[in-house]
This record gives sequence, C-alpha cells and structure tokens, in this order.
Amino acid sequence: MSVLWFTVGVFFTSILAGLLGALTGLGGGVVIIPVLCLLFKVDLHYAIGASLISVIATSSGAAAAYVREGYSNIRIGMFLEVATTAGALLGAYLTAKVSGNWIGVTFGIVLLYSAWTTLHKTLLRQISRSPHTWAIRLKLKGSYPVTGGKEDYVAEHISAGFWIMFVAGTLSGLLGIGSGAVKVLAMDQVMNLPYKVATTTSNFMIGVTAAASTGFYLSRGYILPGVAMPVMLGVLAGSLVGSRFLVITHVKVLRLIFSTVIVGLAVQMIYSGVTGRF
Amino acid sequence: MGQMLRVGVSTSALVVLAGGILYLQQSRNSIANYQRFNEVPAAYETVHGILVGVRHLDAQSLIGLGILLLIATPICRVIFGVVGFSLLRDRFYAVISAIVLIILLFSFSAGR
Repeated sequence: MSVLWFTVGVFFTSILAGLLGALTGLGGGVVIIPVLCLLFKVDLHYAIGASLISVIATSSGAAAAYVREGYSNIRIGMFLEVATTAGALLGAYLTAKVSGNWIGVTFGIVLLYSAWTTLHKTLLRQISRSPHTWAIRLKLKGSYPVTGGKEDYVAEHISAGFWIMFVAGTLSGLLGIGSGAVKVLAMDQVMNLPYKVATTTSNFMIGVTAAASTGFYLSRGYILPGVAMPVMLGVLAGSLVGSRFLVITHVKVLRLIFSTVIVGLAVQMIYSGVTGRF
Repeated sequence: MGQMLRVGVSTSALVVLAGGILYLQQSRNSIANYQRFNEVPAAYETVHGILVGVRHLDAQSLIGLGILLLIATPICRVIFGVVGFSLLRDRFYAVISAIVLIILLFSFSAGR
C-alpha cells in the first residue's frame, strides 16, 4: 500500500472511530487500534502510540468546554491523577516487556467489557457512609451547577477510588486507550460523585494520564509520525463533529451497532493474540 | 485554563496538518510499511531528533513537533495547577500537582 492510500484510508477510518467514540462516550481508541492492526497491518506498538496521541487531542478539546461550565472538579482530578499517571507509567513499561500477543488478548477482553457496559448500565452504587472525614480534610468536595442554583457533594470511598484509578491508568498506558469508562465507574459508582461531575472530571484527567504514557512511548520510539498524523487528525475531526453537531435520536440502535462492532473486533484481537500473530 | 487547552490542541493540529501535507507531497508514492516494530528509533522519533529535523523542514519532524505541542498541553495544565494552588496557599494540592508533574517529566526519560 502506498503512503498516500494508507494515509487517506486511516484518516477516514479515524473520522468514523472518533464519531462513534464521541457518540457512545467510549473514545476513539477502542475502535482505531484493532482496525489499524487487523486491517492496515500496523504493528500493535505503533497503533497504541498513535491512538494515545488522538486520546490527548480529543480529551483536551472536550475538557476545555467543561472547565468553563464549572462541572469538573480540579482538586479531585489532580488528586486522582497521581494514581492514573503512576499507573500509566507501569502500563507503558509493561507494553515494552510483555509480548504483543498478550496485549492483544488483554485488549480483546477490555473490548468485550466495554461492549457489555455500553449495553447495560451497571448499578453497583455503594451505600454511603456518613462522616467522610478524610474527604473533607483533603477537600475532595465541591458544588456544581444544577437548574435553579448549586448542589454540594463530597467524595466517598477514597482509597477504593484511588486504586481503581491506578488500574485505569495502567490499562491506558498498556493499551493506548483513554479508559474513560473505568474512570467514570470509579468516580460515579464508587466515590458517589454526581454523574456530570464524574464524566467531565474524567475527561479532564484522560489527557494528563495519556501524556504520562506518551512520554514513555515517545522516548522508546513507538510514536510514528506517518501513523499518528492521520489518526490524530481523523479522530479529532470525528469527535468534534460527533459531540457538537450531531443529535442522534436512536441512541439505543447506535449502542447496539457499536457493541456489535466492538464484539467482532474483540474476537478478532483475541484470536490473533492466541494464534500468535502480533 | 479552558482557553489554554483549546489553543494548545488547535495549534498542534495545525502543525501536524502542515507536516502531513508536506509529508504526502514528499513521499506519497513510497510504500507504507508499519508491520514490523523497529527497535532502534529513527531520528524523528525522539524529542532531540524532532527539534533538529524541524530546522531542516523535515516533514516527519514537523508532525513530531505538532505531537510534542499536543503533549505539552496537559503538562502545562499541571504546571498551572502547581502555580495556582501555591498562590491559593493550598500547600497540600500544590504538592499533589508537583508529584503529578514529576511523574510526567520522568516518563520522558523512563523509556530509555
């Protein structure tokens, strides 16, 4: 395949991935990495590197809007970023050590999990314990705009949330995805933060987390300009269109299509990993 | 701060786009082969190499520069955090932000 056709093909696939990622809230990385590997025959490490770049671009672009609206909590975000960036370093380190086949299988399993959560909104909200002394001491609280004023909230189950964030960071560094789903799970379900605060703060953290693993990838030479360029521009364009201009009425149908695509990709990734093709 | 993120992302996207156009002009007909992972990074795959290459208007280094600008955006945000919390005399969160910053800067040397 010539460079021109490769670039054009990857660019348009990335637009589609960014579009789907924005509409379903899963991010473009989960789609673009398997497509790069399976369809365009790109080495898994290069695909992960390119995806990470697009993750930083989309999350920083989206986060800009939320900071202004006063939803994301900068203290909570910064506190948990200690866990996600440390995890990202571990994940990026593991990518260099572990064989591509293992990464492929892990990726497939995470894809299956993503498909599952897209279809079923899990509800394991924990029972709140009242006095949250540590949360108050660490100022892990805030207020956010609701219709007709502001509503206060305090974080709960801080150490559990912190450790899940570490895992989210590791997955992000290992697989090159934003792992926003895991971050939202930790903040919304475990730390009992309001959903809107959880999603926007997660978006805010994804960029910093991805920057930690990208630094590692860059210094090892995993970021290839020829691959990263069409992926970054495509995913960015797709997610901008997806989040701003499209109002989808049939979200359920879309979720179903997206989940089917993801399950297909997951099976392919696991199969390729088990048969040693990475 | 929101403004800074947007400026950072759009600047880097423009630089990557410029580099991409130049790249396609120079090497559109060569074969795209990214199947095998190259253990030794090429010049345009390291920070130093990128900065050297940009001066010679090397297309791939220009794309690399855009990527560096993109990575710099969240790092700047954390630096803003260190400064902002220090100004608020919030020592705990100034230290927390500094720890995140150290991890980020460490990652750039960790791969070697």
